[in-house]
Amino acid sequence: MSEALAAPRAAVVYNDDVVKKFIIASMFWAVVAFLVGVFIAAELSWPALNFWPPYLNFGRIRPVHTSAAIFAFGGSALLGTSFHVVQRTCRARLFGGEALANFIFWGYQFFIVMAALSYVLGFSKSREYSEPEWHIIIWLVIVWVAYLVAFTGTLIKREEPHIYVANWFYLSFIITVAMLVIVNNLAIPVSVFAAKSYSAFSGAQDALVQWWYGHNAVGFFLTAGFLGMMYYFIPKAANRPIYSYRLSIVHFWSLIFIYIWAGPHHLHWTSLPDWTQTVGMAFSIMLWMPSWGGMINGLMTLSGAWDKLRTDPGLRFSVTAVGFYGMSTFEGPVMSVRTVNALSHYTDWGIGHVHSGSLGWVAFVTFGAIYYLVPNLWQRNGLYSNRLAAWHFWIATLGIVLYITAMWVAGIMEGLMWRAYDAQGFLQYSFIDSINAVHPLFIVRWLGGVFFLLGALIMVYNLVMTVRSPRTAPGRAERFAAPLAAAAGE
Amino acid sequence: MQFRHEFLEKNAILLLVASLLTVAVGGLVEIVPQFFIENTIEPVKGVRPYTPLELAGRNIYIREGCYLCHSQQIRALRDEVERYGHYSLAAESMYDHPFQWGSKRIGPDLARVGGKYSNDWHFAHLRHPQAVVPESIMPRYAFLEETPLDYARIAADLRTDRAVGVPYTKEDIANATADIEAQTNADANHDALLKRYPKAVIVPSNGRTISEMDALVAYLQVLGTMVNFADTSEEQLRR
Repeated sequence: MSEALAAPRAAVVYNDDVVKKFIIASMFWAVVAFLVGVFIAAELSWPALNFWPPYLNFGRIRPVHTSAAIFAFGGSALLGTSFHVVQRTCRARLFGGEALANFIFWGYQFFIVMAALSYVLGFSKSREYSEPEWHIIIWLVIVWVAYLVAFTGTLIKREEPHIYVANWFYLSFIITVAMLVIVNNLAIPVSVFAAKSYSAFSGAQDALVQWWYGHNAVGFFLTAGFLGMMYYFIPKAANRPIYSYRLSIVHFWSLIFIYIWAGPHHLHWTSLPDWTQTVGMAFSIMLWMPSWGGMINGLMTLSGAWDKLRTDPGLRFSVTAVGFYGMSTFEGPVMSVRTVNALSHYTDWGIGHVHSGSLGWVAFVTFGAIYYLVPNLWQRNGLYSNRLAAWHFWIATLGIVLYITAMWVAGIMEGLMWRAYDAQGFLQYSFIDSINAVHPLFIVRWLGGVFFLLGALIMVYNLVMTVRSPRTAPGRAERFAAPLAAAAGE
Repeated sequence: MQFRHEFLEKNAILLLVASLLTVAVGGLVEIVPQFFIENTIEPVKGVRPYTPLELAGRNIYIREGCYLCHSQQIRALRDEVERYGHYSLAAESMYDHPFQWGSKRIGPDLARVGGKYSNDWHFAHLRHPQAVVPESIMPRYAFLEETPLDYARIAADLRTDRAVGVPYTKEDIANATADIEAQTNADANHDALLKRYPKAVIVPSNGRTISEMDALVAYLQVLGTMVNFADTSEEQLRR
């Protein structure tokens, strides 16, 4: 841990330019993703909003929301922070020079724009969280290999003897996502000029491959990658070493080994063979342990530094994120039990679960990292306003609570209504009854989304002012001298 | 020699390879056997490749993201079977590249929607769902009726589907365009079409240009109708 906390000895000039670009992109896409999310939530509450068919119909816009949130906002944050972390913990400039870094940045942004445009214009493979057609996926794979080369190359040329734990998580995220994307996209295009392909797999096998991918997009993109972020930024902001080195090792290997098995819990009671469902369920329950091991490691790192939660709004986001991580990684194994899944699957409970993870964990841990990074990278004397960051924190938290409670209630209500029988032994409700029943909850969910978006807009304003305002101009080097002195004193 | 984690922590390539091997195990154990274990797919009769018109309709279903609100997978649970019909069989989606089981029911399951409503009902509903079901939150798809179906490429679609394992014959491919025209023409001779594709539902375009909605309705009307459960024994479904 000491290498992460100590100031650089030799003068290595890091490539901060690419990190800055990714941070800006990440905040831009955050606003886009939340805005589109608010819009599609409104469409479900007020269907007249599907007013520009086919382009704005729910079915075409929903993948724009998920891709913008996962790959554009989350992905840009992961690429940016991984470049920041790998350079500093290896004490080495990013491998591959400016050209490779720029190729990765612009190549990745190009992928995002192409993907979003393609959905709106009516091209989709219909594989959830992997909708782009084959030519866009080929481009993504090229960019991803470049990313792997830049990251691994930096690890290889490091001047630190050990590879820091955050990098283990980033590395396994990069390589596993490559494996998942390649296998899940095996398909034959109709022709070289047609943006249409037929999946190499069919039916039950195809479903399993897709959810092996889909669940591990969550497991590796939205979990392992962001755990890398947690393992760097929480100790950094708390100025404490990771709670347990041994727990980090156990956490890492058990998490990546077990996660990959959990996909079949998306297919309980379906025509996927029972043995596969049972294996998936067993591993999903086991997954609770490494997840909470990671949560404990993150939270306990705060030991002796809990007072910083009052003064450091970024750290407050990171720590709350770990709390949400613990909550949704408990909820997930519960939902993976077949008996529970019989009720929860196909309902809004799943949507609530995803959002407690994505808003509470992914977005909050990213906000924590970005609040930390922006004053540092732009060499400003702290955030423009801690007060605004506190407002962001509470508005966004309230938004999440509205969102997930609305979806819990809606989901359980749907599940119960679909299986309710009347006294004569007939199904009590028609499907449309359940749609009517959840209407008020859909509005509460939309409101939760509006709150979350509002928080992000406050954050953008705060960050822009941090970079621009004379109030945060560094003037002297005191900000950078202080940690140096503290480190020297340790 | 005692293994020390330090060894991995000091070697980037080794760490990369070790983590890749670790994550490969789960997928290999769960996915690979699906292709070799015989009872993954039940031996039932009746499941056939889609007609060219149904396939075109299916591609529209995919393009519009219908799977985001409608599942096509009836789970083996009492209430689902009573609401939607016999639970879905793996065999019923064995020619589906990709599968369309879905993950969320913002609307009802469609695995057995075929034959439940008339063609006219589907047309009215797709045009303006609220005109048929006032509380529906489904978007309108009237534009599909105004969009002529582009089937210039349909033979290539069948050929590609065959390349990934759907048993279209040379004859099926050669007749792809003619089959689309026959399935949308009430007055045509349907013998050849129905011989190739039993139970295909005719969606007459009544002299209009064949529209995307015709194709989509043809697809919806075949969903879940291929297997005749009256002739299917418990034995065949046991896995």
